[in-house]
Amino acid sequence: MGNVHQYFGDGLPYVNLSDLKGKLIAIEGTDGVGRSTHIEFLQEWLEVQGYGVITTGWTRSNLMSKTIEMAKQGNILDRWSFSLLYATDFADRLEHQIIPALRSGFIVLADRYIYTALARDAVRSGNRDWIRKVFGFAVIPDLVCYLRIDVDTLALRVIETKGINYWESGMDLRLGGDLFDSFKKYQTSLIEEFDKMAEEFQFEVIDARKPPEEIQHSLRSKIQPILTNSRRQSIVVPQPKTAEPPTPDPVSTSPKL
Amino acid sequence: MTAPILTFAQPHPFPGKLIIVEGIDGSGKSTQLLLLQKWLEAQELKVFFTEWNSSALVRETTRRGKKSKSLTPTTFSLLHATDFASRMYHEITPPLKAGMIVLADRYTYTAFARDAVRGVSREWVRKLYNFAIRPDMAFYFKVPMEIAIDRLLGGTRAQLKYYEAGMDMGLSQDVSESFRLFQSRILSEYDKLVDEYGLITMDATQDIETQQNQMRRLVSEALVNYKPKRGTHGKRASVFWRRFAVRESE
Repeated sequence: MGNVHQYFGDGLPYVNLSDLKGKLIAIEGTDGVGRSTHIEFLQEWLEVQGYGVITTGWTRSNLMSKTIEMAKQGNILDRWSFSLLYATDFADRLEHQIIPALRSGFIVLADRYIYTALARDAVRSGNRDWIRKVFGFAVIPDLVCYLRIDVDTLALRVIETKGINYWESGMDLRLGGDLFDSFKKYQTSLIEEFDKMAEEFQFEVIDARKPPEEIQHSLRSKIQPILTNSRRQSIVVPQPKTAEPPTPDPVSTSPKL
Repeated sequence: MTAPILTFAQPHPFPGKLIIVEGIDGSGKSTQLLLLQKWLEAQELKVFFTEWNSSALVRETTRRGKKSKSLTPTTFSLLHATDFASRMYHEITPPLKAGMIVLADRYTYTAFARDAVRGVSREWVRKLYNFAIRPDMAFYFKVPMEIAIDRLLGGTRAQLKYYEAGMDMGLSQDVSESFRLFQSRILSEYDKLVDEYGLITMDATQDIETQQNQMRRLVSEALVNYKPKRGTHGKRASVFWRRFAVRESE
């Protein structure tokens, strides 16, 4: 059905991916670019069209969310445990949420995916090899949309909204003398990593400095093409001989923002 | 900021020595390591002991996951790797750099054997642990299945535990039978590891004293060029770092 899912690396030998009917869509981008808001609107838009949707987000696994919160309170300082905690969280969600949902034909909207972990580890270690192998068990998404922003706009936006926090500033790395300098350096490095990966893994890059309506519109126009397969298939079901009702083009309808 | 990267393939450059023991449950490895520690300490050497799956943070999570029976082979493996990474950073590297002797009850080989039996990719689990420091000596206590079961059932641990018996794998409804099947698969993985990594095989069916004498002889040979660090007399190190509080994040 032209919907083959593959592993990023070594994979899970005990899980067969051949029967995953759904679509996996990852929304990536650094902190504060508005990922979760856009995912909410996308979910609504897709559900109106009749698609089953589940969302999954970074550190939201049943197994690990508490542990990661504890770790962030100062119990874990090293690069490896830091990255492995995220990998465990991701694996738990992959096996208990993402793969079962894809198997049942859902569209999975992932708020961040492995690329966030790859970027963070690369910035912390200067080495890209180990972390990519660790995440070899991940399923490659059907689509990765990268909400790209420049660091100056990001800094303003974060200060205006929720304020700069310790981890988003990479304060564990002591990159700058204060929170702001550290934030800028850390986020600059993260954006650089994302930019490199955008080419390597063919992300759809979306300018996150634009107004929210335009961003949402771009996201929908990237997502629509990968949905047509499953839509056409549902039309193959024999229908009574009546004229097909005109379906409005979902891309052109303006998002409710 | 980027430190030179150590990998599991090369010997470590630190002045300390890392000695580890491996073997299935009931092989007697922990007893042997304890006796080795007594002997080393009696010679006033500085020794630090660390054991598998013992960091507070991860142990709590593993306990929760085991209770809800929601662990998969991969999350099981990653949790143990996280624990190991945390101990590598907090417990193993500092004493090695300080020139101490570090004794570890179970090491990466436990993961290589168990995780492979649980069904993760053998290549993947080796790559996962590539950050581990290669031990100076690795002892494998080889024991036949029956002796291990007798020791476990008749000895300190009256009941076989759910995950220890591999009950999560659905090999058998009967705990003893499941333990037998699971541990015998682990035994055959260990046999492969002995060749792959040159583990020192100990005949764990022998008397405790016989094994310990042999172990002490091998360790003293390996420590010929070791320059011991003698610190404050009689103090046993236990903590190399302290927790500190940072601001909570989202």
